[in-house]
Amino acid sequence: MPNATLSMESPTQAAPPSGRDWFSAPPRHEEPADLPGWYRDLRAESWHQFLETPGPVRTDESWRFASLKQVQFDTLRMAEAVADPEPVIDNTLDRGLRLVAARFVFVNNRLALGESFALPNGVICLPIGEALVQHGDLVREHFMQEGARLGGAKFAALHGAATLSGLFIHVPKGVVIEDPIEVSHWAGGDGAVIFPHLLVVAERGASVSVVERHRSINTTDATLSIGMADLAPEDGGRIQYVCVQNLNDQSRQIQLNGTRVGRDAKALSCFVNLGGRWVRNESVSRLTGPGADSEMLSANLADGDQEYDQRTLQLHEAQHTKSDLLYKNALYDRSRTIFAGLIRVCPGAHFTDAYQKCRNLLGSDEAEANSMPGLEIDADQVKCSHGSTSGQISEEEIFYLKARGIPPRRARQMISQGFLAETIERLEGVELREAIGHRFEERFAVLA
Amino acid sequence: MNRSLSIHDLHVSVNGIEIIKGLTLDIPKGEVHAIMGPNGSGKSTLAKVLAGHEDYEVTGGQVTMDGEDLLALEIDERSRAGLFLAFQYPHEIPGVTNANFLRAARQARLPKGEEIDAVAFYKEMYAKMDQLEMDRKFTGRAVNEGFSGGEKKRNEVLQMMMLEPSYAILDETDSGLDIDALRIVANGVNAMRSPDRGFLVITHYQRLLDYIVPDKVHVMFDGRIIRSGKKELALELEEKGYDWVKAA
Repeated sequence: MPNATLSMESPTQAAPPSGRDWFSAPPRHEEPADLPGWYRDLRAESWHQFLETPGPVRTDESWRFASLKQVQFDTLRMAEAVADPEPVIDNTLDRGLRLVAARFVFVNNRLALGESFALPNGVICLPIGEALVQHGDLVREHFMQEGARLGGAKFAALHGAATLSGLFIHVPKGVVIEDPIEVSHWAGGDGAVIFPHLLVVAERGASVSVVERHRSINTTDATLSIGMADLAPEDGGRIQYVCVQNLNDQSRQIQLNGTRVGRDAKALSCFVNLGGRWVRNESVSRLTGPGADSEMLSANLADGDQEYDQRTLQLHEAQHTKSDLLYKNALYDRSRTIFAGLIRVCPGAHFTDAYQKCRNLLGSDEAEANSMPGLEIDADQVKCSHGSTSGQISEEEIFYLKARGIPPRRARQMISQGFLAETIERLEGVELREAIGHRFEERFAVLA
Repeated sequence: MNRSLSIHDLHVSVNGIEIIKGLTLDIPKGEVHAIMGPNGSGKSTLAKVLAGHEDYEVTGGQVTMDGEDLLALEIDERSRAGLFLAFQYPHEIPGVTNANFLRAARQARLPKGEEIDAVAFYKEMYAKMDQLEMDRKFTGRAVNEGFSGGEKKRNEVLQMMMLEPSYAILDETDSGLDIDALRIVANGVNAMRSPDRGFLVITHYQRLLDYIVPDKVHVMFDGRIIRSGKKELALELEEKGYDWVKAA
């Protein structure tokens, strides 16, 4: 295993950087003057925590196999306002979904476009800053409740201290939003940081789908996105969240997701990683009421020197809950992926169904896929399975495609794309599935 | 110009063991030739080696298609040059829809920069699926995934109809088919018969040849053609068994 080289790294490493090396003051920019007091307090506390919390170290299990150099930042700075966001908006519209219930575009952490199309009455869909002012109490109920349990606590604290971009979406009882809400986050400026936030609440019988897109303004600037998404499908509610990351190959992203699924509620969350230099995804699903169901998906295409580091937790706290995780990586060149997933069935969470699968398709001898599946069961009558597989494209499949006249390179692309499609097919929304399929096609087309 | 698929003194080995031991066969355009033979006689090896499978090593002989050296071509080039193999065991390709698969195969036949006409493509595909009594849902399903044996074979014939080859090799396309499926598959093949197309039908059973009536029947045994004749040979074979020709 190529992993063996990792353990040879010296255990005595430089002290992890303190927060002050990254930011000398909380990363903020212009924002509403009348932010609620609780939020100001929370931010102050977050900043304090950020300074106190040590950065990632090798000895921490949650950073095992991780490339720590990717989080040893030099001085960071808040992204600056872009003089003319119009070209970026145009690009967003060109490549975005046609059928959306609402569309928001944030450029360097600032709202550049917000439009809604017949959102049902009672739905709140606002930039987080405005929501804090107008619906402070509602936001407070769910805001950053889930914390960061999988290693990203320092980044979560920094996120909590910063001026946030992104949306608060609240769907009241029984309201179903048919078309997805699309949020795009663009970043530019070398060393610039953005803080995308998403908080979605679906009340009883309510349903909403949110697509978050992460893009770079240009191909050269190395940016950092520290984002959080909290999903709260309450009893009988339903939320789909798809995060499509297609940053330039200099940029990094840390995305921390917390999902709390209530009684008979359903969550579906999906990471799609196509671009970026280094990406860390942490995703926690808490199943808190009987009948809760969480589907956790990811489809990733890595090439060059890209690294995707994904950590997950399926936390079954109540009886009769279900979680199903499927993460798939297609790797090329010298790319690396890390998957570390834990199914935890808490005491008393009987009749749990929990599944976890990570599958890797290795398109090169130098690519490296690390998988660390895990199970902890403290209940009875539980159906659990976990596993990971790594393999190469079957020569017999290639033969079949070539025997129909499809050139070898195209045959490999089609099979790899088909491999990833298995996760995408589980998403709701024809246009969304097709759009992601096209993005993969574009990426595969330029793969050597 | 030579208008045939010509195999001359072909020798083929797998892992150093000779499977085909000097086989000669000429399939002119416009004709249907059947190869029959017991298990292990080398029938499927012949099919795969003609398609270009890399596990099989040609140690001697020539194969030409309309005068062109077939063995010099890559697998995908052979297909685009007009050769088609209907697989005995078609592979499943997860996540690749039947429609996209066929489209890619057709696209590969167009000059660089030219795009397939999607509307015309679907229209044609649906018409041919109707002919094979295939449900439209098969266009959106992953290639062969979860298909029954009969559905896989129909899918092979659909691919043949869409790719319109000059020479088609059907490797035990009848195996695993019930009588209705067999009739449908055979109708599809018969509809494709033309003076510009040659067929090599490989089968274990005479039954298929009631539906696809061959111009010639060859008996293969131990890597060679040991007997050739008209369609009646198949009936005689059915009646007397392979031991009869082996003994001869």
